[in-house]
Amino acid sequence: MTPEIHRPLPRDWWLHHPAYLKFMIRELTSLAVLAYALLIIWALWAAADADSFTVFYDFLRSPLSVALHIVVGILALYHTATWIALTPKVLVEWRGDQKVDPSVIAWNISLAFALVWIIVLVLVFA
Amino acid sequence: MSGSKTAPLFWLLFSGGGTASALLLPVMVFVTGVAVPAGWMSEEELLSFIKNPLTRLALFGLVFLFLFHWAHRFRYALVDLGLRTLGSQGWLFYGMALAGTILAGVGALRL
Repeated sequence: MTPEIHRPLPRDWWLHHPAYLKFMIRELTSLAVLAYALLIIWALWAAADADSFTVFYDFLRSPLSVALHIVVGILALYHTATWIALTPKVLVEWRGDQKVDPSVIAWNISLAFALVWIIVLVLVFA
Repeated sequence: MSGSKTAPLFWLLFSGGGTASALLLPVMVFVTGVAVPAGWMSEEELLSFIKNPLTRLALFGLVFLFLFHWAHRFRYALVDLGLRTLGSQGWLFYGMALAGTILAGVGALRL
């Protein structure tokens, strides 16, 4: 076993550079994902009973919920943007011996996402 | 639970949950955060949508992926923030994700 070399970093290292801050915000978008998972769990349990569902529905229409949705929505869009930007780095496509331009892959994913959003909205509102 | 043998599984769930949430979270936030408060979707409409068996199955799957995505990414973020002791307790985060998944499963089956 080689001893672990660990140089202590200041606690606020991620505030020292805009790129570090963007990295930390990207990682903390997972809290928005957690928050929405909890909302879904509440919805599933509330749907079993009419009164509980009214409480859930009234919460969704409350200013608190709208404010939380704005925060979660911004983080969700940031997560989507960074996830799409990362995907071509993980998924390298080859056409013959030529690497496909990563920005082409990212644009194609964005297009596919937009298509899925339209389909979901049609399914929900139809 | 977070040893070298199980690590690939948690990375897979992280990436599956990352893709699912990148794809669906914005549009879901739009439905519950804009469409419902704006009155485009009544209580009855939302309830019957949630009660649809396909919706329930999808919501259960999304909770599963979302929670394991959060557990994995958040515990490494804690390590990066200097909370190594807490972040290294993988069982704690994956355990919470599993508990939430079971809660969602029971909720979906009860309907």
